[in-house]
Amino acid sequence: MSDALKRPLTGHFRSDGRPLSLKEYVARGGYSALNKVLTGMTPAEVIKVLLDATLTGRGGAGFPAGRKWSFVPTEPDWPRPMFLVCNADEMEPGTFKDRVLIEGSPHQLLEGMAIAAYAVGAAVAYLFVRAEYSVPAGHLRRAIAEAQTAGYLGDNILGSGFSLDLRLHASAGRYICGEGSAMLNAIEGERPIPRHKPPHQTGSGLWSKPTVVNNVETLCFVPPIVANGAEWFRGLAPSSEGGTKVYTVSGRVRQPGAWELPMGTTIRELIEEHAGGMHFGYKVRAVLPGGASSAFVLEKDLDTAMDDASLAKVGSRLGTGTVIVLDDRTCPVGMLRNLEQFYAQESCGWCTPCWQGLRWVELLLGAIEEGSGAAADLELLKWHTELIRPGHTFCDLATGAMEPLESGLRYFEEDILRHISDRRCPYARGAAEPD
Amino acid sequence: MPTIYIDNQAFEVAPGQNLLAVCLTLGFDLPYFCWHPAMGSVGACRQCAVKQFKDENDREGKIVMACLTPADDGVRISIEDPEAKAFRKGVAEWLMASHPHDCPVCDEGGECHLQDMTVMNGQVSRRYRFTKRTFRNQDLGPFVNHEMNRCIQCYRCVRFYHDYAGGHDLVALGIRNEIYFGRHADGKLESEFSGNLVEVCPTGVFTDKTFKAHFTRKWDLQTAPSVCVHCGLGCNTIPGERYGLLRRIRSRYNGHVNGYFICDRGRFGYEFVNAESRLRDTMMAAQTPHAAGSARSARGAVSARPAPPEDVVAHVADLIRTAARSGRRVVGISSPRASLEANYALRDLVGEDNFFSGMSDHEDRLVRLIIGILVTGPSRGSSLRELERADATFILGEDVTNTAPMLDYSLRQWLRRRPNPERTRLKIPAWNDAAVGEIVHEEPSALYIATVAATKLDESAAEVYRAAPDDLARLGFAVAHLVDDAAPPVPELPADIHDLAVATAQALTRATRPIIVSGVSCGSEAVVKAAANVAWSLRARGEAAELCFVVSECNSIGLGMMGGRPLSEALQAADDPGVELAIVLENDLFRRAGEAEVERFLGLCGHLAVVDHSETRTTAAADIVLPAATFAESTGTLVNSEPRAQRFYQVFVPAGDVRESWRWLQDVRMAAGGVEGDTKGEIEGGTWHSVDDVLDDLCLTFPMLAPALSAAPPAEFRVHGMRVPRQPARYSGRTAMYADQTVFEPRPPDDRDSPLAFSMEGSEEQPPPALVSRVWVPGWNSAQALERFQEEVGGALRGGDPGKRLFEPPVVERPSHFLDVPAAYSPERDQSLVVPVHHIFGSEELSMKAPAVRECAPEPYLGLCGLMAERLGISDGGVVTLVSDAGVRLLKAKLFASLPDYVAVIPAGLPGLEGLGAPFYARLIARKDADD
Repeated sequence: MSDALKRPLTGHFRSDGRPLSLKEYVARGGYSALNKVLTGMTPAEVIKVLLDATLTGRGGAGFPAGRKWSFVPTEPDWPRPMFLVCNADEMEPGTFKDRVLIEGSPHQLLEGMAIAAYAVGAAVAYLFVRAEYSVPAGHLRRAIAEAQTAGYLGDNILGSGFSLDLRLHASAGRYICGEGSAMLNAIEGERPIPRHKPPHQTGSGLWSKPTVVNNVETLCFVPPIVANGAEWFRGLAPSSEGGTKVYTVSGRVRQPGAWELPMGTTIRELIEEHAGGMHFGYKVRAVLPGGASSAFVLEKDLDTAMDDASLAKVGSRLGTGTVIVLDDRTCPVGMLRNLEQFYAQESCGWCTPCWQGLRWVELLLGAIEEGSGAAADLELLKWHTELIRPGHTFCDLATGAMEPLESGLRYFEEDILRHISDRRCPYARGAAEPD
Repeated sequence: MPTIYIDNQAFEVAPGQNLLAVCLTLGFDLPYFCWHPAMGSVGACRQCAVKQFKDENDREGKIVMACLTPADDGVRISIEDPEAKAFRKGVAEWLMASHPHDCPVCDEGGECHLQDMTVMNGQVSRRYRFTKRTFRNQDLGPFVNHEMNRCIQCYRCVRFYHDYAGGHDLVALGIRNEIYFGRHADGKLESEFSGNLVEVCPTGVFTDKTFKAHFTRKWDLQTAPSVCVHCGLGCNTIPGERYGLLRRIRSRYNGHVNGYFICDRGRFGYEFVNAESRLRDTMMAAQTPHAAGSARSARGAVSARPAPPEDVVAHVADLIRTAARSGRRVVGISSPRASLEANYALRDLVGEDNFFSGMSDHEDRLVRLIIGILVTGPSRGSSLRELERADATFILGEDVTNTAPMLDYSLRQWLRRRPNPERTRLKIPAWNDAAVGEIVHEEPSALYIATVAATKLDESAAEVYRAAPDDLARLGFAVAHLVDDAAPPVPELPADIHDLAVATAQALTRATRPIIVSGVSCGSEAVVKAAANVAWSLRARGEAAELCFVVSECNSIGLGMMGGRPLSEALQAADDPGVELAIVLENDLFRRAGEAEVERFLGLCGHLAVVDHSETRTTAAADIVLPAATFAESTGTLVNSEPRAQRFYQVFVPAGDVRESWRWLQDVRMAAGGVEGDTKGEIEGGTWHSVDDVLDDLCLTFPMLAPALSAAPPAEFRVHGMRVPRQPARYSGRTAMYADQTVFEPRPPDDRDSPLAFSMEGSEEQPPPALVSRVWVPGWNSAQALERFQEEVGGALRGGDPGKRLFEPPVVERPSHFLDVPAAYSPERDQSLVVPVHHIFGSEELSMKAPAVRECAPEPYLGLCGLMAERLGISDGGVVTLVSDAGVRLLKAKLFASLPDYVAVIPAGLPGLEGLGAPFYARLIARKDADD
């Protein structure tokens, strides 16, 4: 199998890291999937391919993409136009996989969006890009212009009669805008507060029209799956979940980075083979396998495969597949504080457990880290993890924030107690090496 | 009826509800914050968590928010579940983390929903030990105080203000635990409904600034059910008093009238009761010779001085006897802002022939026209509640935001709640505000507005039309004709107006419950007739079209139903055979007729006796003053524009010589009794002992008003033999509050007029709805206690909403349309039509005596469109000379973006502009100032 067939998202990237131009993309077979769809497939057939491929959403929740598309109402009396929204608001700490895809091959995302729009019947597509992603946004802007000129976007695409108005929407810069329904409010110019479900977006989303929101990585998979078929996709990985996955590793590894690998690659392989192992003098203590809102996996479980089923067995989840490594010389309390500080800061302020609970958690961890922790603080932190659970909050931001905290409190309880009893951080410079 | 199970107990509940509303209706203490019965569920605070179980075998269950969970058949929940309770307590702890806990100095203390819920959750200690988040507060104007540190981020304020009341300047700013609910900059809240924030806010962020100036805890207020006197809608209120000072007004729920809310004029206009300008002494001018015309020949020569009440009454009686001997008249001028009983007592004193309407001639004609239309049928007068259920509305000639503000609010509720096919398709229940708010209305609103000047509701309208009153009427007549051929056609209608009429007619005929809103404010009978024609045409097509007429004052309709001769006749009566005594009831004649005319009348009549509660130009000219009780100091009946008779109850006993107007007038009648010419021979039998006696008599004379008798329980009504206390059980200082005057506990004053007591003693049961003086039940000290007074949450009060509709129109197969279509407005040479436009703060007489309202009133101006200004050479802010029959006035020009040409507007009722009631022609001249 060629590199491009083994690694359909990144195999065709330029070696110098610059984005593929339209010409280069087309030369590597780009837009052939769109052509195939528009010249010979019905929307239902496209959705069927996706369903067969069992492609799961890569934004973190892992909902099957084909099923989401199939929820879009097809009855002619349903309000139109329908909308497709691409979520490129990648803002969680340690997560940078979508950026890699956009910066390497912006046209693949556009092609994926065009096919998706055709499949769900969307006439308008929004590409919602993280505020800080000015470079990727620039690539996208250029690519959109190129594609429009070449007739891959806009009116009457490739003479098929199908039209797509694709608009780039740069975020004003809040993490909550990456929440699918809050994103719709952000696009509408409203406060980005998550929306209540029901109604589900596929029935009533952007401006109350049926709307499909997909992640960048998910959409980038669409052209190769359409081009090569569901069976090929499933065969890319030994894991039952199939396909490849863009994994990233950050932390004190020798070579932090992003790699497209078969779904189900083990954490150990990721760290040791692809990220070049740990820096000299550092050992893995634990990892957050699925980004900042997944539970810690301890060093003893590094041989776990990075797919949903395997990670669930060790109490965590695949999430975005972006591994954050905690080493043995970094204070876990500091890491937790950093994470919780982020979530507290990014709470939209709508529901009480989030806006007040996370803030309190952040302050407690800060106090512990700075040596002013109280004996009861550990209990208070646990109390928060017990109260802030799915269904208790309006959206998943606060419950996501509890995943590293809840597991961290279990795994690093001794560290926390030592912080409290010593009234200082044992990892701080000048402090004695931790036992 | 679905059956649900709460902690394994089965309950039958109303269909289509959410669990929170159902639990509260059933009387469970389930705490909540962000939900409000008038605003639905959004799931922000997470306070109303309960445990839901799949079936009876499910032991696990899961936490759900009651407010967002449908109470479908078979739903099983537990309120008492330990996990649910722990979570609710946790929410309380989070909410209290940054709360300043300043209850002792907080105006909300004692009626604070946050206090109640914290106690209900058993949240008694604070584990949060970090710095609390703090904010800077804003100056939001004279009505509402801002104290953001107390905020618990429930979002009720912005949801009410923006989503429901249509305000734009109060917003949620910021993020996380630092959401700031305020304006972009300091400044008066622009909404006419801002005062409701005080009741909507579950804690002390928004409090009543006028109340703050003379603050009293809720439990120390003496309260009674009342009715607002500041417009014709008759919103229900609860005024509160202590130490003889009226402290504040709160809204009183009436499902049929104002629902949960009132407007800012109604809430903050009350301070006229406490104003310096109150009349508290009986007064008369010394040495008034009885010779015709001589006493009052020169303006300003009269100076009435305090005198003992008996002397003053005797003096008036004397004058009446003198008049009877001399053949000169005693005329009585009534008042649309006085109760039915007060007006009737006047009529009874002076006799039918000498009883004159206290409304200006043109308004009197309009009000009688409106009553005639509502009596004739077939369209009935719509209540505010009915208006909220309309599906198309045509406003003809009325800026309801300023003339009847709660009508604006009701229209906005209709616009938000009107059926939305998307909502139906998605099966979103109406209470799910989180989802409803996201579903965009595709179809344009079926709200059509035709007014002289722009109105705030225009932004929500499908079409707006600006024109002179006659042209507004022509549009209405044209719509009526399009709907039903039997209505007269409108000749020479311009094509664009015809198109607008077609669009309006189509929208109204498509609707099943259209409502036509009109009223007296643009002073045009043609407009009122056109509105009637539209409604009648729709009726002829079998649609349930209703009419909603706006009148100026709290008892305009009541007075109109009692009749009386036109005011101008009284003003002319002074000539021959001459008026010995004019008795003016709660009225300032200078607001009812032209200044010169009133001056002339006052100069000619022998004596002027005024029964009123506040100083006016008329009382200043009087040689006899009888200080009247205000609405807060008397009991009586008012008829609103629906028309619905409603009883207001005395809140407290006033200081000084102040008495109910009808008691003064009866005293005079008794004192004058027995003289020749007095038709009331049977004075003994005719003595009224209570306000009920007056109403009984009145209803014999005016049988159409008879339903007013059952608007509220009579004075003899008792609950288990006990009166209903005006003071709550926690009223403090009973034995001490008059210790500076007496060491004995004073006996509570008697109340002959109502079943209420000026005391904390009496029945503690919930009284009939018309007697509900306050809402309170154990554990619920805030306004949210109301839920325990309603049949079901958001529904009627237990026992039915108070007040009594006076009549229903008969069924009329073929309504007889008005046929007098006016000609199109064509300005005379050099003349413009000047139309008074109303301002919520400024145009109403009594509220302008309240400092906070006066502060918000505009300066006098003359508004005109750019085209006209250019033609006349007038610039914005320049001085215009206004020359009319009423004299010459100088006014500041104000440019309006969308006024018709040759039409100018002036603010109605402002000090200095009071007498200019109806539209009039004037010549406008730019004052040529040397631009130094």
